Amino acid sequence: MDLNSILPSLWGGVLIGVAVTVMLYFNGRVTGVSGIIASSLTKPNAEGMWRWFFIAGILLGGFFVNWVRPELFANLSGRSTTTVAIAGLLVGYGTVMGSGCTSGHGVCGLSRLSVRSAVATITFMFCGFLAVIFMRFLSGGF
Amino acid sequence: MANRTKQNLISLAVGFLFAIGLGLSGMTQPHKVIAFLDPWNWDPSLLFVMVGAIGIHGLAFMMLKKRASPLLDTRWHFPTRKDLTARLVIGSALFGLGWGLGGFCPGPSLTSLSSGNFLSVVFVGAMILGMLIFKKTESLLKLRD
Repeated sequence: MDLNSILPSLWGGVLIGVAVTVMLYFNGRVTGVSGIIASSLTKPNAEGMWRWFFIAGILLGGFFVNWVRPELFANLSGRSTTTVAIAGLLVGYGTVMGSGCTSGHGVCGLSRLSVRSAVATITFMFCGFLAVIFMRFLSGGF
Repeated sequence: MANRTKQNLISLAVGFLFAIGLGLSGMTQPHKVIAFLDPWNWDPSLLFVMVGAIGIHGLAFMMLKKRASPLLDTRWHFPTRKDLTARLVIGSALFGLGWGLGGFCPGPSLTSLSSGNFLSVVFVGAMILGMLIFKKTESLLKLRD
């Protein structure tokens, strides 16, 4: 660990903090990405249109990052397509069941000192560790 | 301009800024996420994403919660529930397993779609399918909301 790996993460985190604060101050909304994606599919009405605008903003932001710093999208995980597909199913199913993900519980909820979000964050971090340990076990790489 | 139009434009700008933050932070690189969750090869740098984001937003929330309403709406929409349910814990556990398996969570995976990366397309497709499966099977689970 050195400053060169910490500082981009810290500044990225600050940008995320500013973004979710703008959402709260102007729109009074929590920036929970899993909830926004799920509700954009099930409630595509005029009142929920802000969710589609948010998703469009993320995709435009992604294009911008890919234009200036394409290496930020490198995926050197070595995970197979099947593993990634199973991961996606679990993340989609679990985040709707548990009412949130890293952004809604981990950033917005912890910032509000929500007990529910603290329990959710501890749970998903712990199970994230378990899954990584499991994958190490499968590949024999302890 | 109607408030709803302004809300939509704010959401667009927030999404744009949020995606740049995710990219800069390292969250869009699954191997970094996996290293953050790996006790054998721990890379703590992503901890500082939380430090930065919660540092800013925690302070902002303390100041904002005294206001009667946000600027463009008549009321706040943040959740106020305090009850701990099996649904919250089981759902978060399943999410955590998927997060460690793939190295993607919802925000960064959506951002990565714009790079055309094949695995992010697979992940987001499967994630949306998982969300729809939950909505369809929710009533069968007999879990309190």
